[in-house]
Amino acid sequence: MAKVRGTGISSVNYPTGMNLGGDPTQALIHMTTTGTFVISLASTDLGQGLKTVLAQIGAEALGVPMENVLIDTGDTDTGPHCMGTFASRTTHRAGNAIIMAAEEAKKTLFEIVADELEARPDDLEADGTGFIGVKGSPDRKIHLVDAALAGHFKYGKTVAGRGIFFKPNLGVDPETGKMDPDSTEAHACVVAEVEVDTETGDVKVLSLHSVYEIGRQVNPALVEGQIRGGSVMGLGHALYESTEPYYPNPEHRAGGFFEYILPLAPDVPEMEMRVLEYPSENGPFGVKGFGEMTANAPIPAIVNAINNALGTEISCHPVTPEVVLRALEAKK
Amino acid sequence: MAEQDLKVVGQSVLRRDGMSHVTGKTQYIDDILLPAMTHLKMVRSPLHHARIRSIDFSEAEKVPGFVRAFTYKDVPKNIYTILCLIGVGPDEEPVLAEQEVLFKGEQIAAIVAETEEAANEAVARVRLDLEELPPVFDVEEALKPGAPIIKPWGKNHFEYEGHHCRRIRFGDVEKAFAEADYIVEGCYEPKPIEHAPLETTGCVAKPEADGRITVYTNTQALYFSMDNTALILQVPFNKLHFVGGTVGGGFGGKVDVIVEPIAALAAMKIGRPVKYLYTRSEEFNVSSTRVAYRIYFKDGVTKDGRIIARKVISYADAGAYNRHTPYAVTKHAANITGPYMIPNVYVDAYCVYTNRVPTSAMRGFGVTSASFATEVQMDKIARTVGMDPFEIRLLNGYRNGDMRPYQKVVGDATLVEVVQAAAEMVGHPVREPYKSMHSWDRDYSPERHQPLQAEEV
Repeated sequence: MAKVRGTGISSVNYPTGMNLGGDPTQALIHMTTTGTFVISLASTDLGQGLKTVLAQIGAEALGVPMENVLIDTGDTDTGPHCMGTFASRTTHRAGNAIIMAAEEAKKTLFEIVADELEARPDDLEADGTGFIGVKGSPDRKIHLVDAALAGHFKYGKTVAGRGIFFKPNLGVDPETGKMDPDSTEAHACVVAEVEVDTETGDVKVLSLHSVYEIGRQVNPALVEGQIRGGSVMGLGHALYESTEPYYPNPEHRAGGFFEYILPLAPDVPEMEMRVLEYPSENGPFGVKGFGEMTANAPIPAIVNAINNALGTEISCHPVTPEVVLRALEAKK
Repeated sequence: MAEQDLKVVGQSVLRRDGMSHVTGKTQYIDDILLPAMTHLKMVRSPLHHARIRSIDFSEAEKVPGFVRAFTYKDVPKNIYTILCLIGVGPDEEPVLAEQEVLFKGEQIAAIVAETEEAANEAVARVRLDLEELPPVFDVEEALKPGAPIIKPWGKNHFEYEGHHCRRIRFGDVEKAFAEADYIVEGCYEPKPIEHAPLETTGCVAKPEADGRITVYTNTQALYFSMDNTALILQVPFNKLHFVGGTVGGGFGGKVDVIVEPIAALAAMKIGRPVKYLYTRSEEFNVSSTRVAYRIYFKDGVTKDGRIIARKVISYADAGAYNRHTPYAVTKHAANITGPYMIPNVYVDAYCVYTNRVPTSAMRGFGVTSASFATEVQMDKIARTVGMDPFEIRLLNGYRNGDMRPYQKVVGDATLVEVVQAAAEMVGHPVREPYKSMHSWDRDYSPERHQPLQAEEV
């Protein structure tokens, strides 16, 4: 009959870290005689690019090139404890642990270089290209490999550091719910535009405009990847996905990708995104966790857009064609 | 640190494992092939709720390639709960079902065989004698008198330190309702959702010559899975060695510790590597889902659009067992007012057990549902009072210095800024005073934000 359009908005917060704290993560750093800093962890990369982002944080904190930083993770025999990759926590927790470990490693490294250059450790800087030298004296510098070899063979010193991020678990007051459920909060506002076919109940998301405030971006390309991926996941949640389509009836479960409807390439709408950066007080370089929230914000924005288009009060998801048609029927 | 000082942070450097992923060189669990590796398949409950009278393995044992069957009697500490590591209890989920099954697909017995085909054939030949029991599927039905009770402590809900539910009590909602110009109610129902990772949940457990067990796993949390496994097997933590770190899609679906304990036990008992990797059908039908909720809102709103009170009764469907849902409900309760300053809040959030596949962690853990309910409700309020949806969010948006209903002062707020930026992006006009609002436009004294004292803009 008719295709009608609507616009909807949502604005959300998302807490960083396990709800009540008590979720420490450790990092150990040691420098080999190749000039490489090995960062040992037990954190997992779910495909979001954790290994890359943590190498960036390590390189920044140490003042060395990315090529001199190796992330060694995924083995409980060699990696210190990490609570796990969930709760939008790992970049925040492991990042802070890495910065702390880097400070300790740098201290010994600078002592070695100070001896080599006959300078004071306080006068040294790591320039990010692989050299450590005296501030303001471009000629007085040595390369990481030479510093590492001198430490090992000349001074008998190990360049290593230990780090941990720890927020104690303070529990919940059972009477009032008083608690400390976040380390910091990220924010987002999403505007969705939809077109609804009032005859078939079919919904097409035309566009998603997103603004995220996530403290500081470590890797803007990976941030964009999270927003794009999360937006499509949220779209799937809003329109298609449920394991029990007639919940709470447990029947009619989908057994695989042919029956469980997920968004495909033609369903991906026009997307525009902007990232604001207000560095957090306690994140590594001001980072806030935002991995999860990119799938949250689009869902109510899309459902609000559908209600805006139809004049309905749909309050569940997924909004399948059946839900749309029943809502239109109820309106009559 | 000043902006100009940063050299690597803030740069879109190439992702380190990207080339490996897109060229198929990354090793996932299904790529692991070890000498003498065996395959584990599960005998699962075909019913939603039943008593187990007997299990007959006699025909299964005749299948060529059959190695061994395992039941709950083989599991040293069969009843566990994943979050015992952070003090959540009591233990209530069996690794393998004992006298009763609480959901369709629940693990009853494990069969280990030389090949996947032999394991599947043996599973098909196991004869279960089950007595069907009445199931309960609806969260509110489950709490009514006369509902089938599925938990040994006699109630179909989790106990929060002596309470039926996770409570938030902040200000006085009833007093505020009496002063409100509008009461806006709503019922919000996000349904259960599958994580749908491309790589299904799984592991390979390998007994080593020194008596340790190496477990190659795609868990999202190596130590969490390892420590739970050690507790279930009743072995010292350092007898286990977990290897992973690369996951083919998690989304919260790979923190449940279901495959590792039974695979490690089997490997220890038969002295050979054991692979237990979910089929696509298992991933969709028996792995945990996102928590379904039924959330009732009652909001008190003034005619100028301020939300002065919110009362929430929320039911989270945990399915048959805890997994991570009791903890998610606490996060849900904390975030149920969204990023808004509401001075009077009352929340009762229940974690309810039903005879459905357990729900657990998923991306957005308790907050996805809270954001959904809050944001759809926000538009309903905007329609009720006749306000612009951007402006009503700017009016109610929390500011630095405000008090959250869980009694923590807001510190890193930028809600106003993202709403203003989004309005600008889509060309939506925002009028004064909304245009000039910002997240630092309150003074920082938390005492100023007492319940029932609406602030002037």
